[in-house]
Amino acid sequence: MKRMILAACVCVMMCVSASVIFAGTDAYHVGCVFSITGKASWLGEPERNTVQMIVKQINDAGGINGHPLVLYIEDDQGDNTRAVNAIKKLIKKDKVCAIIGPSLSGTSLAGVPVVTQDQIPMISCASAAKITTPVTERKWVFKTAPNDSDAARNIFAHMNAHKIEKIGIMTDSTGFGAAGREQMKAIAGEYKIQIVADETYNPTDTDMTAPLINIRNSGAQAIINWSIVPAQSIVPKNMKDLKMTIPLYQSHGFANIKYAEAAGEAAEGCIFPAGRIMAVDTLPDNQPQKKVLEAYKKAYESAYKDHVSTFGGHAYDALWIVTDALKKVGDNPAKLRDELEKTKFVGIGGVFEFSPTDHCGLDKDDFAMMTVKNGKFVVLKD
Amino acid sequence: MTSADANLIDIIQFLFMGIQRGCIYALAAMGFNMIYNATGIINFAQGEFVVLGGLMMVTLTMALHLPMPLAFILTVFFVVGAGILMERLTINPVKQPTVLRLIIITIAVSIIIKGAAMIFWGKGSHYMRHFSSAEPLDFHGATILPQTLWIIGILLVVVIAYGFFFNFTMTGKCMRACAINRDAARLAGIDDRKMVMLSFALSAGIGAVAGIIITPVIQMDYARGAMLGLKGFGAAVLGGLGNSAGAVAAGILLGVLEALGAGYISSHYMDAIALVILLFVLFIRPSGIFGSSEAMRLKEF
Repeated sequence: MKRMILAACVCVMMCVSASVIFAGTDAYHVGCVFSITGKASWLGEPERNTVQMIVKQINDAGGINGHPLVLYIEDDQGDNTRAVNAIKKLIKKDKVCAIIGPSLSGTSLAGVPVVTQDQIPMISCASAAKITTPVTERKWVFKTAPNDSDAARNIFAHMNAHKIEKIGIMTDSTGFGAAGREQMKAIAGEYKIQIVADETYNPTDTDMTAPLINIRNSGAQAIINWSIVPAQSIVPKNMKDLKMTIPLYQSHGFANIKYAEAAGEAAEGCIFPAGRIMAVDTLPDNQPQKKVLEAYKKAYESAYKDHVSTFGGHAYDALWIVTDALKKVGDNPAKLRDELEKTKFVGIGGVFEFSPTDHCGLDKDDFAMMTVKNGKFVVLKD
Repeated sequence: MTSADANLIDIIQFLFMGIQRGCIYALAAMGFNMIYNATGIINFAQGEFVVLGGLMMVTLTMALHLPMPLAFILTVFFVVGAGILMERLTINPVKQPTVLRLIIITIAVSIIIKGAAMIFWGKGSHYMRHFSSAEPLDFHGATILPQTLWIIGILLVVVIAYGFFFNFTMTGKCMRACAINRDAARLAGIDDRKMVMLSFALSAGIGAVAGIIITPVIQMDYARGAMLGLKGFGAAVLGGLGNSAGAVAAGILLGVLEALGAGYISSHYMDAIALVILLFVLFIRPSGIFGSSEAMRLKEF
C-alpha cells in the first residue's frame, strides 16, 4: 500500500513538472471555452476535437515561430455562469493571450463584458449577430460563425424566389433560437414576408403537434424551424404525422447530419442555409474554399471516426486565425487584437475579412442553401 | 369545412397528443408508487429506468436487428436486472435506512446511470422505428399514429396485469401487506427485504416498458430521464402517492392538460403548466386528487 501511494506521488510530481517544463515562459497560452458536456455537447465536442487536432499539428511542426502553443480547454456545460467563471479563470490563472469560444450565443454574450473589462481578445464560435454588434461596444470580441441575420436573409431570399409570403416561425428557447427569432422578425419586412404565426418550444419538448397545429390554422405557406437542439428533428416528423405538406425551412443549426438521421425520411426535402463543409463533395473545383474544406474533412473524419460538422469548423477558423496573428505580432493581447482586425483568411466557414467595422468577417454569400436528399446534405440547385 | 369543425379537429388532435404523453407519465407514476409503497421513499432514478429501456431497445432493434417482441422482452429483463442490482448494491446494505438517506441514494444512482448511459450510448438522440407502420391514420380529420394506439394498448395491459398481481397473487398480497404496515407484515412472516427488492424489479420493469413504447415517437437520449421522472412524479403526487389507479388517471390528465395548454396558451410554457397544476392541487388537496388524507397521515413521508 505504501509503495502504491509513493508511486502515485511520483506520478503526480512527474505530471506537474512535465506541465511546468512544457508550459515554459516562451509558450503561447490560448484559452478555449466550449460546451463539451451538457445539452449542447454536439457543438463543444467537435470544437474541442478540432482544436486538439490542430494544436498537435502546430507543435509537431515546431510551434509558432519556435514558441510551443499551449491550449487550456474549459468546459462550460452550456451554462452562462460556468462560461463566465471559465473565462475569468483562463485570464487570471492561466494568463491566456486570447480566448476561443464559447460555443453558444448565450454563453458568448455572457462572456463579452468579462473580456472587454480585462482586455483579452475573444473569438466566439456562436452565431448571434449581437455578439459582434455594435462593433464600438465589442472592441475585443470577434466571431467565426456566420451571422444568424445572414442565414435568415438567405432563407427569405429563397422564399421570395418561390413566391412564399406568409410564414410561420418556430424557435427553440435557447439563446440561439431567441436571437434567431428576433432577427427573423426584424428582417422579414425587408423581403415583404409576413410572419403569421410565432411559436417557441423548449429543448426538452418531445412533441411539436400543438405549435404545428397553430401554424396550420394561421394559413402559413411555409415554416421556418430555427433551432440548434435535437428537438428540432421532431418538427419534420410531427409534420409528417399531421400530414402537413407546406415547405419546411430549417436554420443553419440543422447542419449536423445526425439531426437529419434522427428525423429520418421526414427530413427529406427540407431547406436550410449552411456552411459549405456540409456538402464539400458537391462543390465545383474552382470554389476558393474547396481545398481547405477537403483537407479538414479528411483529417477530422480519420482522426475521430465521426462526421465533420460546421461547428468544429468554427473552432478551426478561430484557432488558425489566432495562430496567424500570433505568428505576426506575438502574444501581447492588445497587439493581437489589432492584428486580428486585419485578418484575411480562407477557412471552413467562408472567406473571412475582418475590419474595424466588421468583427464577423463573413457575409450572406458564405452560406449555401442545402437540402436533404437520400439522407445526405446536398447543395440546392435552384 | 366550417371553423367549428376545424376547432373540433384541433381538440381531438390535442387529446391524442395528450393521451400519448399521459400514458408515459402514468407508467412512470406507477413505478414511483411501487417503490413508495414498499419502502416509503421516492425513487429518483425512475426516469433513468425509462431511458435505459428506450436506449437498450434502440440497440437491440436498430443495431442488432432483433425482432421487436424478442427485443422487448430482453430489454425489460435487462432493466429489471438493473433495478435489482440497484436495490442490492445501494438500498439493501444501508445500515439505518432513513427516508432521507435512501432518497439521496436514489439521486446518486440516477446520476450514475445517466453518466453510464452517456458513455455507452453517446450524447446524441437515438432513433427507433415504429412498432408497426409509421403512417398516421385518419380519424375524423385528425391524425393518430399507430404507435399511439400501441402505447394506449400496452398501458392497459400493464394496468390489468398490475391489478391482477396485487389482488390475486400471494406475492402481490404480501407486497400490499408490507405497504400497509411493514412491521406487522414482518411479524406475519413476510420477508420484507425481499419485497423491497421485488418492488425495485417491478418498478424498473414498468419503467423499461414506458421507455420502449415512447422511444419511436420522441427519440431517446441519455439526458431525458430527469424530465420524464419529474412529470411521472407529478402524476404520482397528483393521483395521491401510493394510489396506482389514481396515478394512471392523473398521468393521463396531466398529459391532456399539458397538450391543451401547449395548444391554446403556448408550447413554451408546457412544462410550467404541468407544474403549476401540481402546485395548485397540492395547495388545495395535499393528498392528491385521488389520495385519502387519512392514509397520508399514517405515512412517515
